[in-house]
Amino acid sequence: MSNLRSVESPSIHSEDRAHEADHPTSLVATFGVDQPLKLDCGVDLAPFQIAYQTYGELNADRSNAILICHALTLDQHVANVHPMTGKPGWWENMVGRGLPLDFDRYFIICANVIGGCMGSTGPASTNPATGKPWGLDFPVVTIPDMVRAQAMLIDRLGIETLFCVVGGSMGGMQVLQWTAAYPERVFSALPIACATRHSAQNIAFHELGRQAVMADPNWHQGRYADNTTLPHRGLAVARMAAHITYLSDAALHRKFGRKMQDRELPTFSFDADFQVESYLRYQGSSFVERFDANSYLYLTRAMDYFDIAGDHGGVLAKAFTGIKTRFCVVSFTSDWLFPTSESRALVHALNASSARVSFAEIETDKGHDAFLLDVPEFFDIIRAFLQSAGKARGLGSGESGNGGQA
Amino acid sequence: MQQTLPLPGIAPERTGNYRTDHLLVADMVQPGSRVLDVGCGDGDLLELLESRGIDGRGIELSREGVNRCVARGLAVVQGDADTDLVNYPDDAFDYVILSQTLQATRQPRVVLENLLRIGHRAIVSFPNFGFWKMRLQLLIGGHMPRTENLPATWYDTANIHFCTIKDFVQLCDEINVKMERAVALDLYGRPVPLNLPWWVWNMFGEQGVFLLSRGGVK
Repeated sequence: MSNLRSVESPSIHSEDRAHEADHPTSLVATFGVDQPLKLDCGVDLAPFQIAYQTYGELNADRSNAILICHALTLDQHVANVHPMTGKPGWWENMVGRGLPLDFDRYFIICANVIGGCMGSTGPASTNPATGKPWGLDFPVVTIPDMVRAQAMLIDRLGIETLFCVVGGSMGGMQVLQWTAAYPERVFSALPIACATRHSAQNIAFHELGRQAVMADPNWHQGRYADNTTLPHRGLAVARMAAHITYLSDAALHRKFGRKMQDRELPTFSFDADFQVESYLRYQGSSFVERFDANSYLYLTRAMDYFDIAGDHGGVLAKAFTGIKTRFCVVSFTSDWLFPTSESRALVHALNASSARVSFAEIETDKGHDAFLLDVPEFFDIIRAFLQSAGKARGLGSGESGNGGQA
Repeated sequence: MQQTLPLPGIAPERTGNYRTDHLLVADMVQPGSRVLDVGCGDGDLLELLESRGIDGRGIELSREGVNRCVARGLAVVQGDADTDLVNYPDDAFDYVILSQTLQATRQPRVVLENLLRIGHRAIVSFPNFGFWKMRLQLLIGGHMPRTENLPATWYDTANIHFCTIKDFVQLCDEINVKMERAVALDLYGRPVPLNLPWWVWNMFGEQGVFLLSRGGVK
């Protein structure tokens, strides 16, 4: 039956992935039993490690560091070839020489989140107590936990104040958490395509994805590594469902319409007759090659629990009282996962806290994923915001300033 | 009260880059204060204010305007004067500016009340519909007036609540708003001399610029 062959078994072996989880192809900061990560669930996680990448050089004043917070299924490989997939870094259009996040000017850091599977401690890492992967024995982590771990890394790097914290989607949640938890350590913040809390609809989508993973008989209550299996069908279905939420009706229509895949007529079967089906199946199967199923459960859960106002007596503005951080909030017109209304609620709260905030909604039909794509207006805004913040921070402007003001 | 143009602190050769009403507004704002510019357009006024050490924020309805402002490094958010001012807390700013926007709001009175709730002072400028050229076009031409500054036809104009300087003064009285300073600019952007009576302003002022504060208990 062709539909059961639809999602192919991954070509990357689980041993490679397990190796990457413990011994990542990037920098690693290890924290011993004397430096536990205090998790919201009450557990002290120790020892643990954070895998991270850096680009550019920290200046003498230590004032030019930018922390990039990655989204749900991305990782620290922002602007270098991915060690497992061999593909370019996920933000190579944004981070690089002459690009808005220019590593000739800024010292750029990106760390894999706690609970991830690319080298920071997570369910795929080896539990020192058992010598086996943590699996579901790994404590449930939250967005504040991720940020707490990042702050320990930033301490380790000897940086007091970050020039900017930037990120989209789950990365944007981390940006907001940084400003709420460590306002004095964040000079400027760029939360993109995100929200201050995960909506009921988004929790529902995440639950769908988790149920798909857990319904796969190969999942084995999270102990698939012991059984040398992989819940790749469940994880692929989770990815397919999630991927639809990252796009838009208009983008799917523009890209695929009702076009057929390598055929003129329907086959009257459940084969992938439509191009959009074939595309989704590819998205699902390529995802399972690089991502750990348990990690997907943990990270989606972390997003579900995120609610800044909830942590501040239900009043969002209280999270930002007296904050000096300069904000630039960006949303996209066709993003229905994190719609503009969510960003607007954030902006209202920031205004009520008298924060210095800019807010731009970018017109695009590319949906939530627009923050990863070439959208010139978006790039112009990021560049200009960083330049004006850099001026306020006393960083060299790099380019000549406004000629009219000379 | 005296009117000084060009603006103190700005070299005379540079004032030419700015609109006269912007220079006037900038002169009304104390340096070092916090300002919200409602309907800030491309951010020309905000940039002028920031260059004078004023902490400026903006609201702009059009997405293009907002994005141009943010690209200039200004702190501007997308929003609507009619619906979004209610989200700002009381006394959040020293001044709230509404420049050439009042006539385009759906509820000018509510907007004006909000300006003086959010800010200790408000600066409002608007085109004067009592300007002689307007009157003449309606009286002689028999059609809705159109001018260089207001070129739109009646059916595609965003300006749905035109008023005269006299109307505005009346509204301020009605909602107990104190007029601290008032300037009318003539067709060439020059201030109409202050010693002339109100009806002259209402006739020869092409636009009015007003510095307002909350009136005391009546």
